[in-house]
Amino acid sequence: MIDMILASQIFNVDLLAASIRLSTPIAIAAIGATICERSGVVNIAMEGIMIVGAFFALWFSALTGSPWIGLFAGLVFGGLYSLIHAWATVTLHLDHTVSGAVLNILALGITRYMMVLAYGHPGTSDSIPVTLANYRFAVPLLSDIPILGPSLFNQTPIVYIMFLLVIFFTWFMKKTKVGLHIKASGEHPYALETIGVSVYKIRYLGVIISGLLGGVAGAYLSIENQSTFTEGMTNGRGFIAMAAMISGGWTPIGAFLAALFFGFAEAFQLRLQISGAVSIPGEFFTIIPYVATLAAVAGLVRKSKAPKADGKDFIIEKED
Amino acid sequence: MSPKEERNVVLETRHIAKQFPKVLANDDISITLYEGEILSLLGENGAGKSTLMNVLYGLYKPTSGKILLHGEEVEFSSPRDAISKGLGMVHQHFMLVDTLTVTENIILGAEPGRGGVIDYKKAREQVVAIAKKYGLRVDPDETIENLSVGLQQRVEILKALYRNAKILILDEPTAVLTPQEVDELFEVVKTLRNSGVSVIIITHKLEEVMEISDRCYILRRGRQEGERLTRGATKAELANLMVGRDVVLTVAKTPHTVAKDPIMQLEHVTVLNEKKVQALKDCSLDIHPGEIVGIAGVDGNGQSELAEVIMGLIPVESGRIMHEGEDVAKLSTRQRIFKNISYVPADRQEFGLVLPMTIAENIAIGYHEKMPYCRGLSLDYSYINRHAEELVASFDIRTSSALAPAGTLSGGNQQKVILAREFSREPTFLLVSQPTRGLDVGAIEYIHSQILAMRDRNVGILLISMELEEIFALADRIMVMYEGKIVKELDPEKTDEKEVGLYMTGGNA
Ligand SMILES: Nc1ncnc2c1ncn2[C@@H]1O[C@H](COP(=O)(O)OP(=O)(O)OP(=O)(O)O)[C@@H](O)[C@H]1O
Ligand SMILES: [Mg+2]
Repeated sequence: MIDMILASQIFNVDLLAASIRLSTPIAIAAIGATICERSGVVNIAMEGIMIVGAFFALWFSALTGSPWIGLFAGLVFGGLYSLIHAWATVTLHLDHTVSGAVLNILALGITRYMMVLAYGHPGTSDSIPVTLANYRFAVPLLSDIPILGPSLFNQTPIVYIMFLLVIFFTWFMKKTKVGLHIKASGEHPYALETIGVSVYKIRYLGVIISGLLGGVAGAYLSIENQSTFTEGMTNGRGFIAMAAMISGGWTPIGAFLAALFFGFAEAFQLRLQISGAVSIPGEFFTIIPYVATLAAVAGLVRKSKAPKADGKDFIIEKED
Repeated sequence: MSPKEERNVVLETRHIAKQFPKVLANDDISITLYEGEILSLLGENGAGKSTLMNVLYGLYKPTSGKILLHGEEVEFSSPRDAISKGLGMVHQHFMLVDTLTVTENIILGAEPGRGGVIDYKKAREQVVAIAKKYGLRVDPDETIENLSVGLQQRVEILKALYRNAKILILDEPTAVLTPQEVDELFEVVKTLRNSGVSVIIITHKLEEVMEISDRCYILRRGRQEGERLTRGATKAELANLMVGRDVVLTVAKTPHTVAKDPIMQLEHVTVLNEKKVQALKDCSLDIHPGEIVGIAGVDGNGQSELAEVIMGLIPVESGRIMHEGEDVAKLSTRQRIFKNISYVPADRQEFGLVLPMTIAENIAIGYHEKMPYCRGLSLDYSYINRHAEELVASFDIRTSSALAPAGTLSGGNQQKVILAREFSREPTFLLVSQPTRGLDVGAIEYIHSQILAMRDRNVGILLISMELEEIFALADRIMVMYEGKIVKELDPEKTDEKEVGLYMTGGNA
């Protein structure tokens, strides 16, 4: 039984702060995937993009001594890696799911190879002395708000970046020309092409945005949340991000809220596990966020509608 | 032809050819468009009309040949180039984003506003202004999916006008419109012509060609077959040029005796649509073997629900559906099909065929797990293909073989595949919805004669059509549907299109 003391150990200000921390990489990747799919390209490669971003962010931090340069490297390499997906799906007209699956596997190969090249062994890298966590700062005034303040506004850099991305992409999709083009490209690409906007370009852009954000999400794991890179450290977060994108109804704000929910489920299970309040094997707790994911997707998916041409190849002069 | 000399040529093609990997869609086409004229383009399904227009519009690159605009050679590498030179096109399949608003669709790609941010206020003003200027009323804030097809088309035209189109291409604009909407469209087209816009219009309906256009070109199998001034031309002549043989525009209907006991009866059937609104209200109807009952009505007055409820695709709310005296309202679609009820759906690509599958597979589908289409657990492809080859021959389906994917056929031939499948199953009751939408006169002639042949074989037929002409050509009895009700039964011998049209729009003569 959970008594009052235990309950207060689990449900406290820290829980919210931890939820936000845990949801950060998921939210960033989910927003990226959202933009990508709104443009009409299915992107199940977020997991692979994140792991690539995570490695290069760490490696460049180690090489230069600056986690900021590391963050930039994560961004750039995530973007570059996603270019393969854009090229395969848009230019070569390959099946989006197949390309994504291949990229996820390829990412494991690339990062292992790079590990051996850079550190002489697979597994876990040496840790970097300075991470982005060292740059934690409290936003004046805002962080003084009771309960919400400390958890939302006394955070590390990428968490703030995540907040900004939610706001930016919500605005971007609602108000800008390119945002409108992305929406049209995912719903009815021929409508876009026939008024003179290149669907290829818009879809490339959509995929690259997901790559850039996926890279940042990966960087969060290796140079902000931790100080090392470990092979496979994304641990399914790229896929959870897809679930968040779907439950969030393919909107940036929805993706963020869904990611927050998963982050909360994770934070909650960690606390429950540590508290020892319920005496069952720890593995069962680990399941909680995944079951929550499943439930959320099953419950919300029926209401949320994918872009109509999501995953559909776009080609003007068919070969047939 | 004398007017040629006096008028300005705005657009000209010289020896345009377009080769797709497997078909030569355009072969040496040279046409001229004069300033302020309405030109129509006629041709069978697959003749290459849309292809030619897409070449003009910069969507396809011509394999050879030239395009001249005001006498100057132009090369369009994308529709953007064509638009900037004053071309606008309303495509055969609408190019509208359903989930966006009217305004968003109109401004798409040419949005007002500084530095990448859309000025929605200005956009809306511009849309309202241009709609007012041409008398094309439409709510700028409505989402496309909530608009009727007629209004959607208006948005398409506004899209072209918003971009200052001086040459407007309309690819089969009337195929999906009601007669009233067609009249409205033609008014708009004439207004545009008078304001100096030159128009190219594609249609399969000869009377529309006669009514709206000054001149027409006829294409057949990718080649230019002729040019006529519409004044002076006859429908029969144009049809002959299109098809390459004499076409009977109205298939002869011989009197036929009707059996006394109905094969299909609807008794007080009420149906709800997705929004839980009554789409069919207390409908009663009976169809006897050997007769064609025609349902006339403006699209969206319950016809699709009528078809779906008979086939068991949506449940009845109340009432009975009697087939040979047995209530089938609770049976699944499959069980109904096995009672020899056949269905030719209105949307042939969505519901009638599996486009990537072969013609043979499409013919077997639905019956494929029955003898003789299968043997044990496996399909008997040698029978399936042989059977299909026979039907391809007897239904005159134009294809390289029965193993070609259904998606590669022209619209008319796709429809023939469905007819071949349904008619060869020897139905006792046949539900045919919109059998000739978008088809050319040759295909219509064939399909009408097949439907009449089924009637003469004592099949009870329910025909749903938005085309009054089709209803009059085929039906033995006319039922008019309005707002989910059958409002009137008429005898085609004793009524005319005008009277039916009146009931269709809720009037009562
Ligand atoms: N994008 C494409 N790729 C390959 N072949 C095509 C393509 N578009 C059309 N075709 C082929 O070119 C031929 C001409 O087609 P087109 O659409 O121009 O005919 P159409 O005259 O417009 O017919 P309809 O009256 O049915 O619209 C057809 O055989 C068609 O299958
Ligand atoms: Mg066409």
